[in-house]
Amino acid sequence: MTHHFILRVITKLLIPLILLFALYVQFHGDFGPGGGFQAGVIFAAGLVLYALVFGLDTASQVIKEWVLLLLVPLGVLIYAGVGLASLYFGGNYLDYNVLAHDPVHGQHLGILLVELGVGVTVAAVLTTIFFSFAGRGQRDVNEVLKKSSGDGDAGQTS
Amino acid sequence: MSAPSTAITLANLATHYPALQIVLPLVTAPLVVLLRGTRLVWLIAFAVTLACLGIAVDLYAQVLQQGEISYAMGGWAPPVGIEYRVDRFNGLMLILICAIAAVVLPFARTSVEKEVADNRLSLFWAAWLLCFTGLLGIVITGDAFNVFVFLEVSSLSTYALIACARDRRALTSAFQYLIMGTIGATFILIGIGLLYMLTGTLNMADLAERLPAVTQARTLNAAFGFIVVGCSLKLALFPLHLWMPNAYAFAPSAVTAFIAATATKVSIYVMLRFFYTVFGAEFSFGSMPLGEVLMTLSIIAMFSGSLVAIYERNVKRMLAYSSVAQIGYITLGISLATTSGLAAGMLHLINHAMIKAGLFMAMGAVVYRLGSCRLDQLSGLGKQMPWTMAAFVAGGLSLIGVPLTTGFVSKWHLASAGFGAGLPLVPVAILASSLLAVIYVWKVIETAYLRAPLENATPVKEAPISLLIPMWIMVAANFGFGIQGTVIWQAVQQAAVQLTGGV
Repeated sequence: MTHHFILRVITKLLIPLILLFALYVQFHGDFGPGGGFQAGVIFAAGLVLYALVFGLDTASQVIKEWVLLLLVPLGVLIYAGVGLASLYFGGNYLDYNVLAHDPVHGQHLGILLVELGVGVTVAAVLTTIFFSFAGRGQRDVNEVLKKSSGDGDAGQTS
Repeated sequence: MSAPSTAITLANLATHYPALQIVLPLVTAPLVVLLRGTRLVWLIAFAVTLACLGIAVDLYAQVLQQGEISYAMGGWAPPVGIEYRVDRFNGLMLILICAIAAVVLPFARTSVEKEVADNRLSLFWAAWLLCFTGLLGIVITGDAFNVFVFLEVSSLSTYALIACARDRRALTSAFQYLIMGTIGATFILIGIGLLYMLTGTLNMADLAERLPAVTQARTLNAAFGFIVVGCSLKLALFPLHLWMPNAYAFAPSAVTAFIAATATKVSIYVMLRFFYTVFGAEFSFGSMPLGEVLMTLSIIAMFSGSLVAIYERNVKRMLAYSSVAQIGYITLGISLATTSGLAAGMLHLINHAMIKAGLFMAMGAVVYRLGSCRLDQLSGLGKQMPWTMAAFVAGGLSLIGVPLTTGFVSKWHLASAGFGAGLPLVPVAILASSLLAVIYVWKVIETAYLRAPLENATPVKEAPISLLIPMWIMVAANFGFGIQGTVIWQAVQQAAVQLTGGV
């Protein structure tokens, strides 16, 4: 567990910055370049980097599979929900003007929420894709090992 | 704009139907993933489909009363924002998609339990709803780029639906479809991009206004070519149909019944929308040799599809090749470039959706009991599954075009449109190709009714009632609209007149 020492230290230093930058891109998206999709990709990249360096098992303890499967539909629901809210307040679908008392504030709020939905789903989908591709090989190896040795310790691979 | 106090009421809810048509299934898809429990999930999906059908019918009624409906997404006025636009043609298409989904869904619940792994079921329904959303979105939107977005929504979820089948071959056929479908979608996107480059707008009505000024531009020809090829790939026009037989054969039966009746039809809708609304009939059929090319390919499709179907051993693949031929009929009507030809093409589009949904559901019931639909295994099935095979025979009659069926009505109008255009060869081709359909439908009937059951085969029971009812609703529709042939014909005639700019 002690090899790639430099890699591990640098990764640990970088990951908070990557995640922070993702949040910056997310929430500054209405004023500068960026937005939900880019932020989601950057955030997922941080998680993928963690999984690459520290292993899939550690990574799946950090972010559980069921959480990811919850977040994927949640983002879409946030997006579509904003549209339904604007319908409720008497505007057309996704008309942000009616979301607040002032149309300008409404537009701010609307785009912020919609982009948040996009960000959540994109980050969760990309991480799920990585986990399922990376986990696929490992799961197959585990199954083969279980079949060949037949006892419990075969589940661990390095 | 309006203050929050003007909250939504039931009265103004109807003005938001164009948005709700898409939003209802779109919102339900993620909910389905969150909820998991499969029985509940199916109920919700069914309720939403019925609601969508109600909305579609109401939208069409509104169009009949007040003319075209335009809905500004996000409150941004049309040429700038995304516009949803319902007229007589896509109003009919919306009803068709929703009705097919509403009939196939109860069938799917039982059929899918056998053909899709349990732990995938809730994801399967989510993909189904997304596919439904995409198909409706393609049809309702009045924005060229939005068409591409919804095309991808429906296509991606269709690939997933096909790959859901337990049969491992479904994976390769889904992948094959993915490659071909993506090429098709990319072609359409390139075409739309070129149009945007020329005009600086993506709204279809706005494009139609600006394009006449640039008809001399080479770019316009290129855009037209890209869009025609892209749509042809998606709708499986003759040389570009190779993805279809495997995709239909190995997908779960309910998925086949659904996408065979809707996905290719929606692609034909997209093509017509670009031909008539965006480019205009004068450019499409006048400046471009579209009619000649389309007619040649359609006639080849009618014969090659039917001929291959005759020699096919797997009945689902046989029906898929028959679809290639039937799509040939539709594009043949379109290629005549007359209003009556267009109307006949539209009529066959709707009728073929009903025919193929019924036939694929009958085969789905066979797969449910036998686990396969190879022709030789169907021996003696006429006695063991009398209702299922009777439904197949009834659907087959409509496919051939026997009087009193919808197939007859549409072929009649296609033939008379051919005469009207001064092409007596068209009715001859239709008749000859229908005779080929007799052969492959007869092969199934002969095996099922006249052959003794295979000796080593275990006898099977009739399909469960939950499969039979949807199947027979489709069969009843085939005969009902066949006997009352003028109902749909008048509707598509009006739609064709509106599309060609007569109104």
